[in-house]
Amino acid sequence: MDNENKPSTAARRQFLADTARMACGVGLLGLGVGLYATHARALPPAAIRPPGALPEADFSAACIRCGLCVRDCPFNILHLAKPEEPLSTGTPYFVARQLPCEMCEDIPCVKACPTGALDHSLKDINKSKMGLAVLVDHETCLNFLGLRCDVCHRVCPVIDKAITLVPLSNPRTGKHTLFIPTVHSDHCTGCGKCEKACPTEVASIKVFPLYMAKGQLSSHYRLGWVEKEKAGGSLVAPDLEHRYNMPEGMKYESGKGLSSGAPPAPAPGAPPGGASGLPKALQGNKL
Amino acid sequence: MSATPVRPGADAIVAKGWLAAHKWLILRRSSQFGILMLFLVGPWFGLWIVKGNLNFSYTLNFLPLTDPYIILQSLLARQIPEKLVLTGMVIVLLLYLLVGGRSYCSWVCPVNLLTDFAYWLRVRLGLKGSAHISRPTRYWMLAMTLVAAAVTGSIVWEMLNPVSMMHRGLIFGLGLGWAVLLAVFLFDLFVMRHGWCGHLCPVGAFYSLVGKLSLTRVALPARDACNDCMDCFAVCPEPQVIRPALKAIAGTPPVILEANCTNCGRCIDVCSKNVFAFGTRFNTTVAPVTGVPQAAPK
Repeated sequence: MDNENKPSTAARRQFLADTARMACGVGLLGLGVGLYATHARALPPAAIRPPGALPEADFSAACIRCGLCVRDCPFNILHLAKPEEPLSTGTPYFVARQLPCEMCEDIPCVKACPTGALDHSLKDINKSKMGLAVLVDHETCLNFLGLRCDVCHRVCPVIDKAITLVPLSNPRTGKHTLFIPTVHSDHCTGCGKCEKACPTEVASIKVFPLYMAKGQLSSHYRLGWVEKEKAGGSLVAPDLEHRYNMPEGMKYESGKGLSSGAPPAPAPGAPPGGASGLPKALQGNKL
Repeated sequence: MSATPVRPGADAIVAKGWLAAHKWLILRRSSQFGILMLFLVGPWFGLWIVKGNLNFSYTLNFLPLTDPYIILQSLLARQIPEKLVLTGMVIVLLLYLLVGGRSYCSWVCPVNLLTDFAYWLRVRLGLKGSAHISRPTRYWMLAMTLVAAAVTGSIVWEMLNPVSMMHRGLIFGLGLGWAVLLAVFLFDLFVMRHGWCGHLCPVGAFYSLVGKLSLTRVALPARDACNDCMDCFAVCPEPQVIRPALKAIAGTPPVILEANCTNCGRCIDVCSKNVFAFGTRFNTTVAPVTGVPQAAPK
């Protein structure tokens, strides 16, 4: 380098050094912010987004943290996340065990959202998917223990669709029925009423974000009975009648149980196929 | 400390009276507290004039106001907001094009109350010395927040942004946000003079870009009356913006066109010679000075 250029070279060096320093400092800060953000990427299990919230990755880009949903919630169940809470600072959520969503028919929180982070195409609150209830603890659920608690079923706003009570025999007593609260994901809105109402010390049924709660069958799985119905009949060889090895003179018929000898001839005038004398539920020859 | 230094603005108080020497400061604090109160009377007293916060607010269910900076981040994170938000953004952009980009910083932003207090205390405690970070660092910060939004697909700066954290925190609950605000306060007090607002804040950097074109500016109609008391430099949070216009460096017209002037008006207050006045960026004429000899060109 020639001597004339020395001052400008020094200035340029200074400029480059300053620029590099700023870029590195700010870049490091940016890296920190980015890493910090990745921690808040997955919604923690206790935090449920308001109805109509976009999938989490889109939500954190669309929500501008204004809090209008919080303001327009008539039951004040929504909070904006504080910096120490493990989700994006300033984004709305509720904790079902504290205050569940009341599922207002006009969905004011969604209407209030100015950005569409809460999807305005959601018009029917029963179609919302805030999360999914899961009966997490079979050991503490009172219905599993044989009681008729049924509280989660009773408080469910979509009762008998989102939560049904499925009867199973009680193997402990050998003669009672367990009424198992069973959540159906196509109807559960994730409002959290069941979790709030669960009488056990720690809720035995909990609402989780959908990504945590919902399983998925492998894409190649087929349900035989569904396929059979679609095809109108068995897809493999024709159904064989099952052969029972019975004591002599005894006969077993599905739905009727054991009987002796030949089936009684249906009484004249009885409806075809109907076995008179049996309760309706036990009629028919299919399980 | 040996002798108590004369506080900046002392001459102005003698020349104009205390009230006139604090006029813009009082108006500015009224604006800052007033705007904050508009947001707070809702949650405090159930008087819902304004809902939301500085990111987006809805006044009387009629007027949407949107921070363009957060929308820019949202767009870079590949989300297109709806019409109401975009309307609010246009209103805010037009407003700041009218009153000056960084007027946001000095007339609206709540963090300014904090950092102004830190500076006041810094002067009162006689704390000298300041870390050196160049003022354009704020543009790197701005770029960093935008790149972070684009790379992560999320408005990540909102997780740390002290500006929205303070405003949202005061309205919706601060949580541990006080620690971040305390950090900003202590940084400004002990580490760096005008550190956050004057060097680092990306929100201010964004509004300074709006300020490059904004109409309302501090003009210097009587710049020839300047007696070099330096009071304006002492009170200005961005003192580098004054010199070109005051000293007519390279033929600069008598108006502060530098985008980082926050239009706080403190220079107008503390000048005993009434050099400064609010005007527009088209104020290019210097008033003839009577009775004061023209300073010889240096």
